[in-house]
Amino acid sequence: MAIYSTNEFKAGLKVMLDNDPCAIIENEFVKPGKGQAFNRVKIRNLKTGRVMERTFKSGESLEGADVVDVEMQYLYNDGQFRHFMVPDTFEQYQCDEKIVGDAGKWLKDQDSCTVTLWNDAPLAISPANFVELTITETDPGVRGDTSGGGGKPATLDTGAVVRVPLFVQIGEMIKVDTRTGEYVSRVKE
Amino acid sequence: MSQDWRPTCALELLRLRAQVLAGIRQFFADRSVLEVETPLLSHSIGTDPHLEFFTAEYLSPGTVCMLQARQERARRSPGMVCMPQASREQARSPAGQTLFLQTSPEFAMKRLLAAGSGSIYQIGKAFRNGEAGRFHNPEFTMLEWYRVGFTLPQLMDEIAELICGLFSGQSLQETQRVSYQNIFVSFTGLDPLVFSYSDYCAYARECGLSEAVAICGHDHALWLDFLFSHKVQPQLGENALCMVYGYPACQSSLARINEHNALTTDRVEIFINGIELGNGYYELADAEEQSRRFDKEQAIRQQQKLPVTVKDQRLIAALQSGLPDCSGVAIGLDRLLMLLSGSASIDDVLSFPIYRA
Repeated sequence: MAIYSTNEFKAGLKVMLDNDPCAIIENEFVKPGKGQAFNRVKIRNLKTGRVMERTFKSGESLEGADVVDVEMQYLYNDGQFRHFMVPDTFEQYQCDEKIVGDAGKWLKDQDSCTVTLWNDAPLAISPANFVELTITETDPGVRGDTSGGGGKPATLDTGAVVRVPLFVQIGEMIKVDTRTGEYVSRVKE
Repeated sequence: MSQDWRPTCALELLRLRAQVLAGIRQFFADRSVLEVETPLLSHSIGTDPHLEFFTAEYLSPGTVCMLQARQERARRSPGMVCMPQASREQARSPAGQTLFLQTSPEFAMKRLLAAGSGSIYQIGKAFRNGEAGRFHNPEFTMLEWYRVGFTLPQLMDEIAELICGLFSGQSLQETQRVSYQNIFVSFTGLDPLVFSYSDYCAYARECGLSEAVAICGHDHALWLDFLFSHKVQPQLGENALCMVYGYPACQSSLARINEHNALTTDRVEIFINGIELGNGYYELADAEEQSRRFDKEQAIRQQQKLPVTVKDQRLIAALQSGLPDCSGVAIGLDRLLMLLSGSASIDDVLSFPIYRA
């Protein structure tokens, strides 16, 4: 793998730090007029998702991390593992709930999502920004209510719970923004 | 169409810069300080191991003709064209000369002072290789001035007058003057003048900077650079000019050692909103001491496998002939403009930063 020096650090670069794959978020050059130069780097641990700050002496270097994002289709959950497939090659990957994490509640069979691979093993799953899911459970709404104000919890077919307007009913399909977990609109079939 | 021919700063910034330059020139004209120019290209350069320099190849007129003649011969006898790079360098080196782009005009200005110029100032470009970031561009504008007969406190008064005048529209809070030791103790609880490895390490771990232990090791000056830039500097001069004086002797550079406390040096740094703006000294005039400090820095350069520089014998000779008692300071004008305009990045005040130059 390539070696990157502090002057090559830029947002998005994937490097190994403390044996974990990490992504650089921000790199600030800090140098007193008369003194040692440092790079103050904001970095995300891709395994834990945690963001930390770390200082390097300018000119220090880190090993690159073999991390790639691959668009895959979510196949199914066998109870122990979730299974994904690369549509072009039919290559399949499996990963446990620990890796799937929060993304799990947005994954519907056949939907596409992004799987982050580290040394060809799944490291993290990110759902599409918008998903369309069906409401399986919610209180009956009040007739004539329009989308403003209030709202009620609704359970979706993947198990996720989101707040929806009062007029939305069981069996309807809705569009949700997975980054905020918020209802966007109803989906007309 | 690519837009990278455009300046990165807004056009008002060009006007603000012109205004600030005019203000500075008026300030010094009112005080009868002489504006001077010194070379950007010089045969020698400072030895500071933390400053990386640019070099340029100088060809005297004769050398240029010689090279042209050689090329002409090569054109006529094609067999000679594929002269390897190395031998071309060799062919040129006896006549060519490596010159250095100045990291500051300090040495040349001190030679003027030694020659009897009296108080002088200069506004010019300075070059520092490898420095680029939100607060750095490898080529930047520096205001440097020297006041003959001024002690450091007198110079600090003048710095405050100039800066507060330039910021007159922005109502800065009252100027703060603090000693390095006091400010360092108050933010970190550590004594910067006496190095305690275990205390420094414990403090670094406590505030989540444990990487400092590996980076700094037993290097006192490096620890001070690290802790000062992480824990002290960001908090200096909130909407005010903050002047920190009495730097530890291990960070003396070209300043005199304080006559009352040999652990400190007569050096001042100025900050606004946590941004380092400039650095001043009660200037070291002792030629032998200066020469020793150069040698020490050269040794560090050798140790760290940095390019070894040429000790400036003309500066040493000037000091030997006698530098008048004086204090001097250098201020980064681009950063001053950043603060005056509320810009987040140096690119916002430069016409063309290095990547568009």
